[in-house]
Amino acid sequence: MLEVFVFSTLNGLVTGLLLFMLASGLTLIFSMMGVLNFAHASFYMLGAYFAYSISLKLGFWAGLLIAPLLVGAFGALVERYALRRVHAHGHVAELVFTFGLAFLVEEAVQFFWGADTKNYQSPDLLNFPLFTLFGQEFSAYRGFMITISVGIFLALYYMLTRSRIGIIIQAAITHPHTVANLGHNVPLIFMAVFGVGTALAGVAGVIAGPVLTTFPGMAVVLGSIVFVIVVIGGLGSLGGAFVASLMIGLLQSYAIASNLGMPDLLNWLGLEFSRDHPLNDLWTLTLPQIAPVLPFLLLVLVLIFRPTGLAGKREE
Amino acid sequence: MKRLHRSITFSITLKSLLAGLVLSLFSSISAQEPVRIAFIDPLSGTFASIGTSGLKQLQYAADELFNSKGGILGGRMIEIVPLDNKQSPTDTQIQFRRAVSEGLRIIFQGNSSAVANTLNSTISRHNRRNPGQEILQINYSAVDPILTNEQCSFWHFRFDAHAVMKLNVLTDYIAMNPEIKKVYIIGQDYSFGQVVSDTSIELLREKRPDIEIVGNEFHPIGQVKDFTPYVTKIVSSDADAVITGNFGADMVSLARSIIDSGLDIPIYTFYAAYDGITATLGADGIDKIYLVHNDAGNPLPSEERLAYTKNFKRLNPNNDMTQFRITNALQMLVQAMEASQSTDPFDIALALEDMRFTNMSGEELWMRGEDHQIIQPLHISVHTDQNIVVDADNSGFGLYRDFSVLGDETVVDHSCRMRRPRR
Repeated sequence: MLEVFVFSTLNGLVTGLLLFMLASGLTLIFSMMGVLNFAHASFYMLGAYFAYSISLKLGFWAGLLIAPLLVGAFGALVERYALRRVHAHGHVAELVFTFGLAFLVEEAVQFFWGADTKNYQSPDLLNFPLFTLFGQEFSAYRGFMITISVGIFLALYYMLTRSRIGIIIQAAITHPHTVANLGHNVPLIFMAVFGVGTALAGVAGVIAGPVLTTFPGMAVVLGSIVFVIVVIGGLGSLGGAFVASLMIGLLQSYAIASNLGMPDLLNWLGLEFSRDHPLNDLWTLTLPQIAPVLPFLLLVLVLIFRPTGLAGKREE
Repeated sequence: MKRLHRSITFSITLKSLLAGLVLSLFSSISAQEPVRIAFIDPLSGTFASIGTSGLKQLQYAADELFNSKGGILGGRMIEIVPLDNKQSPTDTQIQFRRAVSEGLRIIFQGNSSAVANTLNSTISRHNRRNPGQEILQINYSAVDPILTNEQCSFWHFRFDAHAVMKLNVLTDYIAMNPEIKKVYIIGQDYSFGQVVSDTSIELLREKRPDIEIVGNEFHPIGQVKDFTPYVTKIVSSDADAVITGNFGADMVSLARSIIDSGLDIPIYTFYAAYDGITATLGADGIDKIYLVHNDAGNPLPSEERLAYTKNFKRLNPNNDMTQFRITNALQMLVQAMEASQSTDPFDIALALEDMRFTNMSGEELWMRGEDHQIIQPLHISVHTDQNIVVDADNSGFGLYRDFSVLGDETVVDHSCRMRRPRR
């Protein structure tokens, strides 16, 4: 039992931190522009595919450095030449634009790389078990994923709260006109934040690609869950996104590991239903079966009882 | 098409003049009119790679075996008409209407049992209401047993073994291995995944009562980001083997997670090869991934088959001959047309029933007349890089045949009570 608990925690941490890398960029962009970027997970997918192509020529580490830069540059261009124009027509137009962009990126990826799974492998340097516990290996690559994610969280947190750039960004989010009057180039700041946000998604793609497999559906699989995290954490809150990411990562991991289900609940209540009961499917439901749906359940609960999210401040 | 375009640009008078000419020409060349076959499968969207690959194999079979040799039925060419259904039952209905309106009478379809079921019931209804205008369904891949059992139809022929037949062979193979004492079953939470789970449990209990089922897990299809939490459970269950019906990304992720955890146990699968999967598993999957399928794999059973496959590879360097049953299906279809000297689905269906056919691999195939289910040898192959003549994904890795059973031994009972049309 202990082994399952330990490994579930580690698995949950890896997933949670990975989700955070996506959520951090998304929540930053939201607080800045007031619009959810539906194409955010597409930048994650682009990161994985860019890194895959680069790794074929120059190896994994070059991909880790170059791919996020490419994705960030692409993100910045999207903001500068597309989103900024659409912005003039209001939030709905922006929303629809990012929605369309997500489809476009998916089709483009299939066009250039094909629809099949890509053989994107983790580097040989990290191809060893970091430690073996209760007969199960924890790969060094997963340790590396945790390190990178935590490193990015710390760097981002420091930059936003302690550095001069961070102060300007925070000010630009709440008082864009004042910041502009003080002589700062607010559109440039927005473009930079969008670029950095998408680059973070790119990093997530680069390091997740080898583990979660690189295929054209990878954006869709992760996309919806990232929105859930941002809403649960509180729109615009980096700390909230961090807590929510870990919460959801661990929640799913524990739910899969548990063997609990409706039969146990019924046993405990002393109830029993026959197998041909019309609601038999409901009475035999187990927690692992619904694990991937749990975050959405949590989303509904949070929206009912705490609409601002865990750490959200937006009330207007 | 060209003729049509040109005629639009012509003036009205010229057109009416020409019409008579074309018509008289038409009657004289009507013997050369192509035999048109619809191919309804995903050609765009998430599952595009599998559908496109199937289309290439059907096109290749038609060109290589018939069109380049002067056609069929005394000189008629086979024309494949691709129709994209995005693997959605709704789009399938639309494409079916299109096929009907274009006068196509034979439909090839394979991907997804959900789509095959929709098509099956749509065709049954259409054929009931339009006697003389019937449509024939050639199912080359959908393996839900229901299609040749409860939902069987006179107008549906299946050219792949269904899930229970495959599991029968797979469990025989597992039962032969005395080292396997504990089995873990994991699959996608939909009809096929459920069939795999229920049937495996039932058959293993029968063949090896000492084998313990230590896990029976379902996960939502295409929703799981990371399989590691599931693998943690597999490890702690102490399983000696895993059975899964997963396909696509769910298959790759599961296998990769199992291998990454350092777990050294065999994984018995249906679809763990080709379309990027073989390349992604690479060296890590050697002697761990087993596959039950109807293709003989390596070593290729005949020179003819080897040349046929190599030529396909030459024409389509980025594709593999993943579904040889498409070739079987087309050859048997043509044989039925030749035997009945007709392209009418009713005549073809009668000729296909109880047809016996020796395919290019030298295997005996039998289309059982009672339920229209093909009976053919089945094989279990292992993922390896040893003695691979024809690899997958140009990776050097491929499938090597480890165990084969003859068609007769794969026969399972059916519950089909077919409604036969009266003519």
